Amino acid sequence: MRPMSPVVRTITKLSFGAIFLFGAYIILHGHLTPGGGFQGGAIIATVFALVLVAFGRDRWNKKLLSTIESSGLLAFIGLGFLGLTTGYFFYNFIAGTDSPLFGKVIEQVSGYEHANSASLLTGGTVPLMNLFVGFEVLAALTLIVVVLGLFAFKGKEGD
Amino acid sequence: MLGELPYFAVVALAAIGLYIVVMKRNLIKIAMGITLIEAGANLFLITLAYNGGDRLSAPVFTSQIMRLGEGSSYSLPTPHALTLTSIVIGVATTALLLAFIMQVYRKFRISEADELRRLRG
Amino acid sequence: MSGDLIDNLPAVIVAIPLLFAFATPLIGKLSVKLSRLWALLGVVVTTALMYILGWEVLSGDAVVKSYVFGAGGDGLPLIGDNPARIAFSVDGMSAFMGLIMATVAFGAVIYSFSFVRKYSGNDKFFTLLLLMLAANFGMVFTGDLFNLFVWFEISSVAVCGLTAFRSNRGEAFEAAAKYLIYSTVAGLVFLFAIGLLYGQYGHLNINYLAGAIGGQEEMMMVDKIALGLMVTVFALKAGAVPIHMATPDAYSEAPAPITAMFVTASQAGLYAVFRVSFTLYGGNLDITGNLIHIAGWVLIILGILSMFVGVTMALVQKDIKRLMAYHAISQTGYMLLGVGVGLTVLGTGKFDEFGRTAMTGGIFHIFNHALYKGLLFLTAGALIYKAGTRDLNRMGGLGRDMKFTAIFFIIGALAISGIPPMNGFSSKLLIYESVFSFNPVIGAIAMLVSLLTLASFVKVFYAAFMGPRAKGMARGEVPTTMLLGMAVLAGMILVFTFAPALVVRTLVDPAVNALAGSTGRTDASLTLLTGQGYWNAIVFGGAMVLAVIITLMVRMLGNKGTTAKGEGKKPYLFGNSTEIDGRPIVIPGSNVYWGFTKALERYYRPVEKFHSGIVNEYVFWFVSTLGVVILAMVVL
Repeated sequence: MRPMSPVVRTITKLSFGAIFLFGAYIILHGHLTPGGGFQGGAIIATVFALVLVAFGRDRWNKKLLSTIESSGLLAFIGLGFLGLTTGYFFYNFIAGTDSPLFGKVIEQVSGYEHANSASLLTGGTVPLMNLFVGFEVLAALTLIVVVLGLFAFKGKEGD
Repeated sequence: MLGELPYFAVVALAAIGLYIVVMKRNLIKIAMGITLIEAGANLFLITLAYNGGDRLSAPVFTSQIMRLGEGSSYSLPTPHALTLTSIVIGVATTALLLAFIMQVYRKFRISEADELRRLRG
Repeated sequence: MSGDLIDNLPAVIVAIPLLFAFATPLIGKLSVKLSRLWALLGVVVTTALMYILGWEVLSGDAVVKSYVFGAGGDGLPLIGDNPARIAFSVDGMSAFMGLIMATVAFGAVIYSFSFVRKYSGNDKFFTLLLLMLAANFGMVFTGDLFNLFVWFEISSVAVCGLTAFRSNRGEAFEAAAKYLIYSTVAGLVFLFAIGLLYGQYGHLNINYLAGAIGGQEEMMMVDKIALGLMVTVFALKAGAVPIHMATPDAYSEAPAPITAMFVTASQAGLYAVFRVSFTLYGGNLDITGNLIHIAGWVLIILGILSMFVGVTMALVQKDIKRLMAYHAISQTGYMLLGVGVGLTVLGTGKFDEFGRTAMTGGIFHIFNHALYKGLLFLTAGALIYKAGTRDLNRMGGLGRDMKFTAIFFIIGALAISGIPPMNGFSSKLLIYESVFSFNPVIGAIAMLVSLLTLASFVKVFYAAFMGPRAKGMARGEVPTTMLLGMAVLAGMILVFTFAPALVVRTLVDPAVNALAGSTGRTDASLTLLTGQGYWNAIVFGGAMVLAVIITLMVRMLGNKGTTAKGEGKKPYLFGNSTEIDGRPIVIPGSNVYWGFTKALERYYRPVEKFHSGIVNEYVFWFVSTLGVVILAMVVL
């Protein structure tokens, strides 16, 4: 594939990190602001698609992407099964406990007990699931874009 | 009447999308028609979140509520979740459909639906 | 802890295939053989858990197991008046469908061990198979309309991925593309119906919606349109004529074990039709009664069309799997007819007369159909495995080596034609008698369709198994795991054959009670009581054995040593006894009913043109049927 002009390549090199970081921000803050796993993952996949088009890069580690995708999914459903340890499938067993892993307990203003606490380390299993879904979506959408895009340009068999 | 404008847009999108799927022969155009019908369905679902006229702000429930006016409230959060799920399903379906159309072209050099008739009868 | 596990079973049965499906690609990167065994383990665990859940739900009286996601056993929380979380609710009908899906999947996975061994991408095959199983269970266990849409879409994506598995054939991609376009348009129409109901009522939980719809003063236009949309969309998934168009394509191109599971996925669509008609709209019959009866008539008309068009199109097919796919469509017509008759007379006095029997027959037929159709598709796969082609005209003489496959095929073919004593006869007898009381013409059409079914399977048996061996047929019997898979389903068929009343009492009656809101079970005996008569399979079997013994005795008394000599031994071709130069004659399968199809040419030409193969016309027929059904519901 032919790479695009130097202007496009330079801008891509500059903004790659910023877009990636923005996507990661949206994934991590999914339980506080609009966004979450799918939205952030789609943004990060967009940055990989930008790299594909701007640089014409045709050597992608499809095995690594597929492994990230499967492990994200496996961790997601595994977290659901871990809820069975408290006796209920898919139960949020981290929220409200004082665990350092997203389990902080926040004092609420009276009358707004269930309000958005605006604190990152709350939420229990919800931000963890956002993270895993984010991994899965970024790997899956990148894989789709890479396979379809390379196929269209080179006519080779994808996986 | 102005509040009903999104519903007219939904009907227009769905009708145009359905017309394309039924009438146009090129397979890629059929995929685009399906995308339009999906857009119409998603718009319909998200418009239902603002039912009741006075729901004006995003569905984030904080203790520092922005005062938008007397009696205004949050939009319903459920349709946002429904629309998001529908968009994700639409992405997966469109990707799969485009992959199949591409493989059909590669095997048979066919890109029109009325030539894609090997299975019939 | 185990008490808690059983309470969580509705969700765990859906989640375990997902867990195994997500792990399969990772294991497949290490070793493909390990991933196949891993997938088999997943299906075995799921089947075992499903049987436990089935025993829990079906052994008591009107037990409903429900599970709310994330609520920790507190039940469904309410915000204002609206329920807030997604709930799974498993009642008699859901457990019944779940048992069907688990059994067929078990047989199919054992079969597919050797069937897909020589293809690449085995780990992806098993991943998609487990995903399809999870989607099937999800569709029948869910208690929330939008969740039904999600599982519907997952099912269609998984099925299309599996249909396109044989990527060396371009037709596989064609079938997958057509089925995906068709199914996606239907899913989006269903999404519109969901939006309508949500905008009107504010929540989507099926049980609460039933209360809200039944609690109004009178039915509104929104409710009627939503019911019309939903019934048509799910009839599309089930494969009812005239919206069956992409189903034969997808059935014929998918690998054989996947087609067996595809039958259960279509029946999940049938389940959704019944769930929407009976549970969602059947709560309060004073208000919804008129609409329900129109819906019942819609189902009856769809059923009659499916039965008739399905079997007549099946008679002229050359591709063995496409022929069986048309038969699947035809049998779906029986189920729609039986339950449609029950729906039409729901709430009136006639329900206790024959409506309940019709529903029992229709729902019993679902399980029977999954078993014998699954078995038939697996035998078709075995034939294709050995013959290397799907064309009936090129197959021949496989019966010499494939004796076990032939026996399984005979069991399946007798069952589907409704020949006593097989299980197909039990459910068809219930349908015949009750539909005859409803309307004698429809009963007569049902019996005629059974006759034509037998005719087309005689054609398949003759073309594939009998006669001299055709060119290019491989020798020997199929591998043992394939025979084991077929034996699982055949064993269940034989159990259902000889104890139909027990099956009706334990499995079907709770399902009918759950749907129709009635109570009452048949007595425990070996005699199946229909409304007008009775049927005892063991007595019939004994009579058959007696007749065979008498025939053999008569034959032994006869003159030994008489064989055909002279003119009687030469081949006979349509009245001209010609001399053939000693070569064995293979008469292709298409020529068996040549006279019949030529005589019905005026019927066959427009109907074959109707099945044009152009995907735009498929969607056009869907939209037209949608228009007609909505018009009927709104105007009548």
